[in-house]
Amino acid sequence: MGSSHVEWLSGRVYSSTGNASRSVGRWSIGLLAMMWVLAICSFPLAAVSQASETIALQESQGVPSTAPSDVQKKSSSDVVTPSAEMATPAANAAADNPVEDTASKLFSEKRFWSLILVLAVCFSVLICTFRARMGAKVYVRPIAGLKAIEEAVGRATEMGRPVLFVPGIMDLNELQTVAGLSVLSSVAKESAAYENNVHVPTARSLVMTAAREVVQAACIEAGKPDVYNDDSVRYITDEQFAYVAEVCGWTQREKPAACFYMGQFFAESLLLAENGNSVGAIQVAGTAESSQLPFFVASCDYTLLGEELFAASAYLSGEPQQLGSLQGQDLGKALAVTLLLAGCLLVTLVQFEGLGPFPQMAYDVLYHQILGRD
Amino acid sequence: MVVSFFSPRLEWMSAVVESWFLILAAIAMLLGGANLFMHHSNLIYNQKPGWGYSALTLAGFLITLVAGLLKLGVPLTPQFPEHAWAGSFEEQPGVIWWLYEYIIKPSTSTMFALLSFFVASAAFRAFRAKSTEAALLLVTALIVLLGRSYAGTILSAPVGDAYSFAALTDFVIMSVINTSGQRAIVIGIALGVAATSLRILLGMDRSYLGADE
Repeated sequence: MGSSHVEWLSGRVYSSTGNASRSVGRWSIGLLAMMWVLAICSFPLAAVSQASETIALQESQGVPSTAPSDVQKKSSSDVVTPSAEMATPAANAAADNPVEDTASKLFSEKRFWSLILVLAVCFSVLICTFRARMGAKVYVRPIAGLKAIEEAVGRATEMGRPVLFVPGIMDLNELQTVAGLSVLSSVAKESAAYENNVHVPTARSLVMTAAREVVQAACIEAGKPDVYNDDSVRYITDEQFAYVAEVCGWTQREKPAACFYMGQFFAESLLLAENGNSVGAIQVAGTAESSQLPFFVASCDYTLLGEELFAASAYLSGEPQQLGSLQGQDLGKALAVTLLLAGCLLVTLVQFEGLGPFPQMAYDVLYHQILGRD
Repeated sequence: MVVSFFSPRLEWMSAVVESWFLILAAIAMLLGGANLFMHHSNLIYNQKPGWGYSALTLAGFLITLVAGLLKLGVPLTPQFPEHAWAGSFEEQPGVIWWLYEYIIKPSTSTMFALLSFFVASAAFRAFRAKSTEAALLLVTALIVLLGRSYAGTILSAPVGDAYSFAALTDFVIMSVINTSGQRAIVIGIALGVAATSLRILLGMDRSYLGADE
């Protein structure tokens, strides 16, 4: 790779911006384009191959041709030739016991297309990350909610009131909680810089432990290790509404000037946000629970909608490789839009007669195999 | 976990990882319990403002802990009548069952009931026609409100079922406008999850561990 030394897993890049990196950039774009062409081309190819398999099967059985849609409702894994079906005793046993057969498979054929789509998205993210490391510029649109962190913490400090950060009510195995803790890092750093305390009530013990590490590291990074106080990050209870009662009570007593709600929330979202609103706090919320978003939008000054919560960490870090991953995410969105448009087009085409069996077959492949619908 | 999703034969790996997480979380509960105990004990010892609430919290914590560990009031099971602790700790009329039924359940219901008042206050602020978008939101909310209530049925009776508020709500607003918006958000979330998982797995994002470097 010439003068470019890349350590993928450690996240370090020592790169020159010479010919070598440009060449790598071109190669990565080429690879990405190839992945995309493969993903898109394989879709009609699968339809054609499925159609030919069906016709061959019908001919071998000597049965009159049926409507393609009826046959295509079966996935490729379900369509077996009679000879293959009766070939071995093991196959017969497997046919007698389909549950056991499915469980013993090394690869689930029903999830083949999920794998292809996941790989396409992952490669998009990785290649865009790689390009960003090589020096490619990445534009990320400003996210108002994240820009407001400094303003909110500064206001709280001026007013001499604390900052509240709620990392959701779920455990660390939820990615939303992890994303929330990433935002906590920035909020705690900002608070420590102003020598203000951030109060973090948690509903899970593991989250408390992780949040303590995050806040302590943020205080050290801000050059104010003395600001950190163990009591500011506390475990309350696992019980949903008991947790809400404690946080709402604290909010009414201490009147924080800035409230952040970042993580996974359920029915408690509105209770927390309305309480914060009632004490006049600047409120910033972020969740990927689509059913709770309207409540936060109604009660908070800024809301990170769904994917913005996951983008927050990359946005706040400002590191090129993290920002590059957001670009890869957008390519995944383009793939989703392509599939949506293909679906709309095929649904329209199957309404017309005289276009042959291809639109129906392509639609069946898209609906039953790629999307995995029955 | 990812591999086991695509391979039925390796699904046991996912189950093992989940079990380990549960074990870890159960051990971490000790940390949480210790933190709760220490925090409130400290408040009581120093007679800080509101220490009475801390005393109540600690009393509730200890009573529940002892009742659960000793299975107080749990009846004998017909299968193992000679073993006093064979029954489930939640069984009626055990102390934990009583605490749940007569303290936790009513308290939880009370907190949940507050939601209706907060919905009203949030709706009052949100549905003010300050801009074009807010006016659209207001009109949409009004249609949904009428579509979901009997008043809408009476008002739209002259125009028939096909053009009623209920039909407009179900077949236009909820099925088309709301669903398309929700799906756009869900697709974005799914891709966000994939990208964030990759960043974490590859060690690019370590801010959740308390360090960027």
